[in-house]
Order: sequence, then structure tokens, then C-alpha cells
Amino acid sequence: MKSTRRTFIKAAAVGAGAAALTPVLAHAADHAPSFNPDEVGMLYDSTLCVGCKACVYSCRKANFERDENARRKKDMFSPLRNSEADFVLTAEDALETRWVDVYDLDYRTKNIIKMYNDPDTGEFAFVKRQCMHCNAPGCVSACPVKAMTKDHVTGVVEYDRGKCIGCRYCQLACPFNIPAYEWHKPLARIIKCELCRKSYYDDQKSYFEKYEQPACCDACPAKAVIYGKRADLLEEAKRRIAENPGRYVDKVYGEFDYGGTNVLYISKVDFNKLGMPDLPNYSYATKSEKLQHTIYTTIAHVPVAPVVLYATLATIAVTHRAKRNKNDKGGRS
Amino acid sequence: MSHHEEYVEAPGKLITRTTVTLALIVCAAFAVIAYRYIFGIGPISNLSDGYPWGVWLAYDVSLGTAFACGGYALAFLCYIFNGWKYHPMIRSAVVASMFGYALAGFSVLVDIGRYWNAYGFFVPSRWQPNSVMFEVALCVMAYTVILIIEFAPSLLEKIATFKSPLLSGIAEFILPKLDKAMIFIIALGMTLPTMHQSSLGSLLYITGHKLHPLWQTGALPLLFVTNAMLLGFSIVVFESSLSALGFKRPYEYEALEIARFIPIVAIFWLAVRFIDLIIRGQVVAMFTSGFHSVFFWAEIILIVTATVRFLRKPGPKAAFYTALMMCFGGGFYRMSVYLIGFNPGDEWNVYFPSIPEAMITYGLIALEILGYILLARLLKQLPKPHAKGAH
Repeated sequence: MKSTRRTFIKAAAVGAGAAALTPVLAHAADHAPSFNPDEVGMLYDSTLCVGCKACVYSCRKANFERDENARRKKDMFSPLRNSEADFVLTAEDALETRWVDVYDLDYRTKNIIKMYNDPDTGEFAFVKRQCMHCNAPGCVSACPVKAMTKDHVTGVVEYDRGKCIGCRYCQLACPFNIPAYEWHKPLARIIKCELCRKSYYDDQKSYFEKYEQPACCDACPAKAVIYGKRADLLEEAKRRIAENPGRYVDKVYGEFDYGGTNVLYISKVDFNKLGMPDLPNYSYATKSEKLQHTIYTTIAHVPVAPVVLYATLATIAVTHRAKRNKNDKGGRS
Repeated sequence: MSHHEEYVEAPGKLITRTTVTLALIVCAAFAVIAYRYIFGIGPISNLSDGYPWGVWLAYDVSLGTAFACGGYALAFLCYIFNGWKYHPMIRSAVVASMFGYALAGFSVLVDIGRYWNAYGFFVPSRWQPNSVMFEVALCVMAYTVILIIEFAPSLLEKIATFKSPLLSGIAEFILPKLDKAMIFIIALGMTLPTMHQSSLGSLLYITGHKLHPLWQTGALPLLFVTNAMLLGFSIVVFESSLSALGFKRPYEYEALEIARFIPIVAIFWLAVRFIDLIIRGQVVAMFTSGFHSVFFWAEIILIVTATVRFLRKPGPKAAFYTALMMCFGGGFYRMSVYLIGFNPGDEWNVYFPSIPEAMITYGLIALEILGYILLARLLKQLPKPHAKGAH
């Protein structure tokens, strides 16, 4: 009886110890990424892309251009409406150019086409870069004020500039270096793809609200980028790889990378060459959160370690003070 | 009850060549800051989407608060380990810490792009406990308040000597009450830096492969909090030599005793650093990382040399230089984690601070030194020099 109980306690202790250590030691890779069945995403097929940049053009038009029927004049003269947007009009914005010549993602575009070209082998391919809408996004984990959030239903990573403090920790935390900051503006904000869910201007409907899909997918003439539910897109990607042997690298980038992303890539050229980072099958954010929550384990919303530390320090300090006061009195009188 | 007899004002005039020079640097920095608020961060800095954090965070916050850990390290020594022995040193350390933290907070306000939303930290519905930044921000703000409370007695003592009976009455009313409660505030002043100094390391953990493997580790929080302690002690030794020299006071020999604790912390830090590198299989990387190896060894060699020199119980002058060496070594570590070891990818130009950007940092350092000098001359901050034959 006694021995069984001891064994049980021992087992329980080992179990508890292991459970406590698991979050630190176990890799998140042990668990397949879990996606909500309704989560949406995009599938980009590099072999279909012709590099026409229609997506870049339409993205800029959809996200940054003022609506034809928006009351522009009134906006310009009202200090309250869109004062933020109008005050900081850049040269491009002022000229209403729909086309900007940028070499990489920055505040002027949420989406860009880049080309990989190896002159020796003649191998070349296009790649479209934008937010990957990760399963466990670094930016969401990093943001101290919930300005970056992942929609639980759609899986879209959205940005709320009303909450953003501009600390740019999201830029630091993103393994794909996606969030861009309006460096030249005194009242700057973060710019990143939100699958066309939000307009740059408060009083303007977003592209998604009007056309129910992101502008880039709508615009692509080659259907190289398509919008849909992530599960369907993954199935489609795998079907294409299986049906066209030799046409693709046998991997769907984003299926497991960084704990899974809602945007998926398939390509003939190695993903590294396309500039996609070589990432583990877990999100750095998951690891960071585990580290943080291991240090700050909470019981009933009270972080244990700091409270215990404070209690210990206060007790020792008070004891020392009592001793000192006693000595002081003894010494002086 | 007569604690303030432990402290005296620093001798000297308020307006000297040094203070005027410092004030001019501060003015220049504030001009740049005004420019930043009108035209944005981009035009004055070399920051980019790849390198969103520059010298303001790496130096002013990460390193600045570690240099401001004198109060923290000394509080541990004084109130926890050896029952008030170094109490006379604590006030000047607290003043330095207060300035360090307040200015770190100020430089964050310069750095953040949407400062008008910063009130979000006080809106519970926006709290994001997964974010390391959230924890750092709240702890640093709380600790700055704690430091101001810890500093308050010396100000109140001054007010108590005022002629106005109302002001001196209020001060005399608050002082004993504050004195009683102070120990609990001091305990909080030891807990909070332990929390946020470790988290300053955790901040970079989320960057994953963007931080060089020589620095990217789950041990970042432990390394950072130990490093803060190390820099805290070193800066106390450094500052007491400097104030002895600058204020033409006799050298505070307690500083040499405090210096004896530095090697203990340093050896612990080095042990954690190397065990971590060995566990993560980065032994070869120590030698093969080129540019990064240079900074890695600069950091290690400075700390090891300083440790060896401290073990030999140096005199006042040697202790000053050794403490300076330790500050550089420990500082290199922090700068490496925030800037040197950080590489977002080849498509960005490697970050190096622009002149106006550095100007702001210099200005804040100047403001810190200026504030320290002025307060030391106005209020009773420094330990009372030992009268001959008193000990």
C-alpha cells in the first residue's frame, strides 16, 4: 500500500517535472500546425507567373488610391478628416501615380514581384512577396498593444493603426521582413498586406468589401496567384505537384514552414533562391512565448516568480533593517 | 534615524565650463529631436525596414539602462547580502540610475513612431502578455517611478531646510513615513530590474535566424540580467572614481570593496555564456564567423581581462580602468545582441547610426551627466568623506 503510494507520488513528481520542462525543451515542430477549416489564404504558383506586375499595380490602386467619388476637396480642407493621410502626402501620392518603381517591399506597396535569374544555368523564376499571414505570426506575438491581430476565423493578420505605438517590434519579429514603416512621415504607420481587408483611408471601403477577394488575385491574368480557403489551396498545390512530375520542387512552402502560413508557394526553383528564408517547422514566436510564459508562469493570473522574488527580497531586507536599527540604538546610546 | 548624516553635497559651483559644454550638447540634441518630430524618423536616421531598431534602442535603452543598474546592483549588495554596509554609496547610485532610466524612457518616446498611442499601455484591453515588449515597457515605467521615490528623501531633506514653514513642515511630515515604507519600495526596486533586464534579452529571442547564432539563445534573459548586475557594479566603481576626481573629493574606498563582487558575477556570466555556446554546438562558430567573431572575442577578452585584474584587488586608479574595461566588455555584449549580431538579410544596407541619430544619443548622455552633476551639487547625494581617525 505504502510502496504503491510512494511510486505514485514519484511518478507524479516526474510527470510534473517533465510537464514543466516540456514547453522549453519540446519543439513546436512536434505538432502539425492547426488551421481553422475556414481560414483563407493565397496560393502563388511561381511557374505560372509571367512577371507582368499587374498584381503590384492593382494592389497599389486598391490600397493607396483615393476613391474617385471620395470628397477629396472637402478632405483637404477639413483638419479632422484624414488629416493624417493628407498632411503627409508624398510626391507619389500627390501626383496620384498608380505606379511606383520600387525594388522591394516598402511603405509604397504591400506586394511586389521579384525575379530570380541565374545567368550560368539560364534558370529564372518570378516570385511574389507579401505578408505570409503566418499561423503563429511573429508580429502578433511581438506587438505590445494588440495592434497586430490574427483573425480567428479568416486567419488574416490585420493591423490597427489606432492602437499601434510605432515601436517597430513587429518588423524585428517578422522572419520574412514584411511590415514596412513610413520612415519619411512624422505621423507614420506600418504598411503590410491585410489581404485587402482594410483601406488606407478611413472613409473608404476596402477592396475586399467591394470585390470579395484581394486585388492581386483579382488582377492576375495568368492565375498564378489565387485566393481561397487554405485547406483547398493546399490540396490544389499538392495536386499540381503530383500531376506535373518534374515541374515543381516537391514541397509546398508554407505548409509547415514557420509553423505553417496561410499563403502557400509552389515553384520549380528552389525556394531559397527565390529569397524565401529557410525556416524551421515552428514559429519563433511560439518559442519566444514559451520562454516568456515559463519565466512568468501564472497561477490565477498572478505571475509566480516575481511575487516570490519580491516576498523573499522584502523579507530579507526587513530583517536586515531590524538588525541594523537595533545595532544603531545599541551603539549610540 | 539620522541617515542623512551619511551624505553630503558635492563642492563646486553650478556653472562651470563642463556644465556649460554639456548644456550646449543637450541643446543641439533637442534641436535634432524637434526636427525628428516635424519631418519623421527617416530623414534623420539610417534606420530601415530591415534594421528598424537602431542606436536609440541599442544604446540608450539596452545599454543605458544596464549602466543605470548601479542602484539595482548596489541595492542587492546593501540590503540583501551584507546588511547596510555600503549604504553611504547608494544615493549617488540611485541618482545615476534615475537619470539612466528616465532618459531611456525619453529616448523611447523619440524612437516610437506613433507616440500619441502610447497610452495603450495603460488600457487593459490592449495588454498583450505574449509580448516581451509589453513586459519591458510596464516594468521600466514602474521602475522609473520607484527610482524617483527612492531619490525623493534627498530632495525632501533639502525642502525641510527651507524657510517656508509650510514646505518644510510637509517635508518633515513625509520623511519619516517614507523612511518606514522605503524598504518595501527598495524590494520592488530589486524585483523590477530583475524582470525587465532579463526581458531586454528575451526581446531579441523572437528574431530567430536574424540574430547571429553566437548571440541567439534561450539563455538571453539569464545572460542579460547577469550582465546588468555586472555593469551595475562596474559603473558604481567607475562613477565613484570619477566623482572623486571631478568633485575633488577623497576617494571612496568602499568602491574597492564593492569591486570584489565583480569577478563573482563575471565568472558566473562567462560560465553561462560558454556552457550555452557548447550546448548549442557553436564552438566552431566562435572562430569562423569573421566580423562577428571579432566582436565576440572583443567582448569575451575584455570581460576576462577585467575579471582577472579585479581578482588581483586593484588600487583606486587600476580599479577605475578595470571597471571601464568591464563596461566596454559588457557593453559590447549588449550592442552585439541589438545591432552587431543582427542581420535581417542581404538586401538591406548594414545599419550604422547617422550623425543626427548619434547626436540625439550624445545629447541624452550629456543630459544624464549634467543632471548628475547638478543634483550632486544641490542635494546631499554623495557619501560623507571619512574624517581622519573616525574609523
